[in-house]
Amino acid sequence: MIGIVDYGSGNIRAIENIYSRLNVSTKVISNPAELKKSDKLILPGVGAFDETMNQLMTSGLKEELDELVLVKKVQILGVCVGMQVLANSSEEGSLKGLGWINGVVKKFDKAIFTHKPYLPHMGWNTIIPTKDHPIFKGLDYDQGFYFVHSYYFSCQIPDNVLATTHYGIDFSSAVLSDNIFGMQFHPEKSHYNGIRLLENFSKL
Amino acid sequence: MLRSRIIPCLLVQNKGLVKTTQFKDPKYVGDPINAVKIFNEKEVDELIVLDIDATAEGRGPDFNLIRNLAVECRMPFCYGGGVTTVEQAKKIISLGAEKVAISTAAIKNRSLLKEIGKAVGIQSVVVVIDVKKKGILSGGGYEVYINNAKEKVSIKIKDLINELNEIGVGEIVINSIDKDGTMQGYDIGLVELVRNITEVPITVLGGASSYDDIKNLISKFKIIGAAAGSLFVFKGKFRAVLISYPNKSEKKALF
Repeated sequence: MIGIVDYGSGNIRAIENIYSRLNVSTKVISNPAELKKSDKLILPGVGAFDETMNQLMTSGLKEELDELVLVKKVQILGVCVGMQVLANSSEEGSLKGLGWINGVVKKFDKAIFTHKPYLPHMGWNTIIPTKDHPIFKGLDYDQGFYFVHSYYFSCQIPDNVLATTHYGIDFSSAVLSDNIFGMQFHPEKSHYNGIRLLENFSKL
Repeated sequence: MLRSRIIPCLLVQNKGLVKTTQFKDPKYVGDPINAVKIFNEKEVDELIVLDIDATAEGRGPDFNLIRNLAVECRMPFCYGGGVTTVEQAKKIISLGAEKVAISTAAIKNRSLLKEIGKAVGIQSVVVVIDVKKKGILSGGGYEVYINNAKEKVSIKIKDLINELNEIGVGEIVINSIDKDGTMQGYDIGLVELVRNITEVPITVLGGASSYDDIKNLISKFKIIGAAAGSLFVFKGKFRAVLISYPNKSEKKALF
């Protein structure tokens, strides 16, 4: 069973819906005590960095997630802001991130763009995997994924970069450290590619 | 590379989908959920759904409809119509929409936008601006309308957009009232005017008659949202209802 961490953010139902069509069982979990029943976890995200961290901490989810992810090595996939909070900190907020993958979240520098619009980076863009990983099996790279964000994950350890995307610069659109995955794009809103990626994650 | 977005815009009235001409004469075109299912199959870039009665009838958003649409959508989904409070915007996002579109309430009360941005994230806030071209005799230019084109407001489009830049929004949808449903092509002059004064993503709505119109818009503005209603729901000069959308190779030819 895949536990979808519910800390008050959106997009949970879309993920649930895709998995139900794939006949993969999921459970939306807001109670920290229930997290440990999950074989895998998804940390969705829409919104701001500090708000997300605040909700994770005040709900008691962070403490339980630290234990499951860092000690018990349960696989987790962070999406969008759910990926950004894997970092140590973010230019968007003042709170500390989960710090599970070394890096900081930075704002795109508008000076790098040659034409408008600048931010947010919004729409369909391609990803280029840096590693041959089963999570990318069967993807249509031309089609790409849906992005909407103004901040990006800057990895301290180059080996943690799992895919890059070009928007003014090449930034890390997917990261991986051991059992911890992060994706800046929204697989739950990326048609066939997103479904395939979520299915691949469920089979890892 | 980032691609321009090609976006069907669906209008809801009495729980059914309609298509208007210059904001009038709504013609029934089908069931919203059924349309979303077809657009899923066609892998559309994004979808905008606007409830055109909500504000005019003085009621809030239809959360049941939003919930049903959001669950079905496998593409980003923007909902607008009747949003007047932060709570409503938060609820729309929590039901699974990526973006919430605000028009009348945003133009009447710009401080509301700031609060909504804080609550749901600026990237999820879309402002729809309905504009009408002024006659040459009245000095040309454009005027901003609210309440589904029923009421003209005094603020100039430039001043409004400068304020939106200041407040911070995720996207601006420029909707041409004159072009709506006419299939006479986009108002390129209007797009230029807006592109020049804002850095945020803009989406153009009103007038698209063919994939060539979209191609021209993209070639001129590079990264832009090309939205259309009639083009994606009607076929032929008798406007028979048939949902369509460029397939993968047709789409590639547009960029």
